[in-house]
Amino acid sequence: MASNTKISNSPAPDKGKAPVTLSKEEILRYSRHLIMPEVGMEGQLKLKQAKVLCIGTGGLGAPLGLYLAAAGVGRIGLVDFDSVDLTNLQRQILFDTSDVGRPKIEAAADRLRKMNPDIQIDTFETRLTSDNALDILKDYDIVVDGTDNFPTRYLVNDACVILGKPNVYGSIFRFEGQITIFGYPSGPCYRCLYPEPPPPGLVPSCAEGGVLGVLPGIVGSIQAAETLKLIIGKGDSLVGRLLLFDALAMRFRELKLRKNPECPVCGEHPSITKLIDYAEFCGVRGEEAPGPQVNVPEITPRELKARLDRGDDREPHEFQICNLGGHLIPLGDLSRRAHELDSSREIVAHCRSGKRSAEAVQFLRSAGFRKVLNLKGGILAWSDEVDPSVPKY
Amino acid sequence: MAVKVIIPTPLRPYAGKQDSVELQAATVGEALAALTSRFAELKKHLYSDDGRLRSFVNVYVNDEDIRYLQKDATKLREGDTVSIVPSIAGGARN
Repeated sequence: MASNTKISNSPAPDKGKAPVTLSKEEILRYSRHLIMPEVGMEGQLKLKQAKVLCIGTGGLGAPLGLYLAAAGVGRIGLVDFDSVDLTNLQRQILFDTSDVGRPKIEAAADRLRKMNPDIQIDTFETRLTSDNALDILKDYDIVVDGTDNFPTRYLVNDACVILGKPNVYGSIFRFEGQITIFGYPSGPCYRCLYPEPPPPGLVPSCAEGGVLGVLPGIVGSIQAAETLKLIIGKGDSLVGRLLLFDALAMRFRELKLRKNPECPVCGEHPSITKLIDYAEFCGVRGEEAPGPQVNVPEITPRELKARLDRGDDREPHEFQICNLGGHLIPLGDLSRRAHELDSSREIVAHCRSGKRSAEAVQFLRSAGFRKVLNLKGGILAWSDEVDPSVPKY
Repeated sequence: MAVKVIIPTPLRPYAGKQDSVELQAATVGEALAALTSRFAELKKHLYSDDGRLRSFVNVYVNDEDIRYLQKDATKLREGDTVSIVPSIAGGARN
């Protein structure tokens, strides 16, 4: 176990050798399960003996953790290293306003223990890495992937294949979700579907692209349903099927997933038999890591304070959140609308963080604009350094 | 053949913000060529520099992955749905 891994296990209620049974109170608590033949006493006892690891306690992990705890899954492991911040509360329903600043793992464990004091909650306050993943995963029957970045997704996949554990997968972007089960014996794995991650910078992350708050609620709940079904062994699982959900169209679609015989991890002749360096594999793209750096002339917020001719390349819906009184041109429209700008005047391009506006400056310079500067750090830095009344997002 | 190509959320900004596009094509390759000629920006998101479909983008005809059909040469029938399904990573930060 890596030295930065903190583990705390609450005492298990039933550690003895005696056959597992339900107490009178548990029978009442789970009565709506017990009266269904698909669950019944047999299924509920399976749930009580099940061990599920939830990787990530954010948008997907929230409904997942709550429903697994409510359903009586006997042992739930939580892995997260982050702290609750205000932008999480729009979708991460495990946390409330008073949790802002607390470690997520602590707030999540408190909430789940309150929801169901009869179950065991294990906490791993750490980033999942190639060094600790096998150690953390090995004690659990099922792994549920609720992370938000490609390196961790490939890490979880490979670790599950190596250990032979099902990986209940869910991922989201804006209004769209993908759900399936990887790593099941004879079923496909994540690399069968996507052999490689996108290169850095080509696909926006959730932090850049946004997400409808209820979307992870729906996708995480589907992951919970699939997890419970795997435990009780009933119904048709999503193994071999990729469920696509579009909340905007309110439409579910289903695609066939096949096991790739040439898969480097789960294929007939695997070339990857132990965990690798996933940051390197994914081109060192952490969740918030910047994309390709564009070196362009910059101006700091303080320097800009005195100057007023500004260009803004964000989207119209972002302009409504806050603006510095400039001229709004979304980056994608810049090539068509560059004529709206006066190349003889000094122009300062800005966006939210300074990244897209750097691309805008690069484009404008290549188009012959000589007096174009990028606002270093964007509106976020402007709010920090010049005008705190400008909202950040 | 008139077919419908479904554009996933992450690629909609490069496809005129549309969620689907109707076009005429006899094969998957033709459909994608017609799509990228209409929306030039989509090309770099679908194809790598050597002209191969990117490995984080899968293409389906109805519910079947073209990698297990005839890839680009997969024939299309009237009314088929071609889906572009890129990998997305969102969830919780970890």
